[in-house]
Amino acid sequence: MKKIVNDPSNIVDEMLQGMIIGHSELIQRIPETGIIQRKTEKSGKVAIISGGGSGHEPAHAGFVGEGMLSAAVCGAVFTSPTPDQILEAIKAANEGAGVFMIIKNYSGDIMNFEMAQELAEMEGIEVASVVVDDDIAVEDSLYTQGKRGVAGTILVHKIVGYAAQQGKSITEIKELADNLIPNIKSIGLALTGVTTPGSTQPSFVLAEDEIEYGVGIHGEPGYRREKLQTSHNLANELLTKLVNEFDVKPSDRFAVIVNGLGGTPLMEQYVFTNDVQQLMDERKLSVDYYKIGNYMTSLEMQGLSLTLLYLENDFYIEALNAPVTTISW
Amino acid sequence: MDIQTGIRWMELFNEKIQQEKDYLTQLDTPIGDSDHGNNMSRGMAHVVKAIDTQSPDSLEELLKLVTTTLLSKVGGASGPLYGSAFMGMLKTYQGDGSSWGKVLQGGLESIQKRGKAEVGDKTMIDVWAPVVQATENEQLRDEVIDEAVEATKPLKAKKGRASYVGERSIGHIDPGAYSSALLFHAMLEAEAEQ
Repeated sequence: MKKIVNDPSNIVDEMLQGMIIGHSELIQRIPETGIIQRKTEKSGKVAIISGGGSGHEPAHAGFVGEGMLSAAVCGAVFTSPTPDQILEAIKAANEGAGVFMIIKNYSGDIMNFEMAQELAEMEGIEVASVVVDDDIAVEDSLYTQGKRGVAGTILVHKIVGYAAQQGKSITEIKELADNLIPNIKSIGLALTGVTTPGSTQPSFVLAEDEIEYGVGIHGEPGYRREKLQTSHNLANELLTKLVNEFDVKPSDRFAVIVNGLGGTPLMEQYVFTNDVQQLMDERKLSVDYYKIGNYMTSLEMQGLSLTLLYLENDFYIEALNAPVTTISW
Repeated sequence: MDIQTGIRWMELFNEKIQQEKDYLTQLDTPIGDSDHGNNMSRGMAHVVKAIDTQSPDSLEELLKLVTTTLLSKVGGASGPLYGSAFMGMLKTYQGDGSSWGKVLQGGLESIQKRGKAEVGDKTMIDVWAPVVQATENEQLRDEVIDEAVEATKPLKAKKGRASYVGERSIGHIDPGAYSSALLFHAMLEAEAEQ
């Protein structure tokens, strides 16, 4: 896989430098760290932080700014950041009202963020968190760590970010986030695997006419391979699985994200969106909000994911529509 | 174990990790997210550098240095798990370090507390548990370690990202089990050199 890189071991550092050069009006980098922080004045509200491995751009640094994240912690490619880095982000973001962490459900992220929370609490900072587990491709069971957290995470950034901006307390934000998580479901499909910088092998290889359903955002394999089909049929497979996760009745309202995984052009994402709308119409379900583009990618993977948010209450849609100042929302 | 053996242990572990970095990544590719080789290689390179610059003069200092370096440089799941392992060993050594088997046992318990895995879940625990047992009985040999690694092959993963591929994890060696094997092979080698 051809890539525009220098030394692969400097890739995250150089990416963050470039990001600062391009968006110095919005964000700053805490020197010697992988932390991107917003430049807004502190106003004593709850700070929202998130983060994870790099390779998912614009997530998460692209959502740092007024109305969304206070700071994002960027780990190595596909690797959770370390507890000391997360602790630094907590300290930098804290405005005195506590820090709320949005964590994707991966064992590495959970362990590192938990350790950082313990360290921050030892320093007297109030920390609460929510774990996003929107990916329905993998079974939950007593034995696994549960479902993965994928593109639905950006909806949590937006809605929780709005709540913080409204001046809600950390307890209210925690309650809001806990109620929000079960209303978000995602599933993805891939046309290709991914090659991490510095590696010579892709995570998996698909034939020219093959696709794989249920892939993760780190090039993890999915649940089924089959021949490439029309966009309409792909949309039908993903949407049917998602809708089955909700107890829907006609005229129920949803927000939808069509998320490119990094290597799929917007043209194809719009074609897919058109199919999603037709399929929702057939089911007499209403989509009150769309987000189409690359939000939680997997390096150069060709493919996309579909996310449904069940609009259980009006606060969700109010929060989604509120203006923000970030690079990528 | 004394401080010289401890330092040699870490040097040998680093050498093995650097040599087998690509193989570790290969093991992690079908069932995980292909980052185990890179993460361990980055972490252990920092460990030997830290030993070199800070010259720890007791085993306690060494265990402390390894713990903090792994926690702050590795990331992913391996950072907290290996970091916790050395932290558990350090705590046991400070408390009741009467036998090396007990110290390793402290490491194992600390990994289990952090990762919440048990024997048979197809994780590094499946190597740590038999190694601790064999060390207690003074029967730890290279074969014991290799057998423990091979035994992770037919298991179905129940923890970490490997658990997401469920049945498809069967037939693959667990990458964390393999890197743990490198750690214990290095330990035997360092002890033999003394």
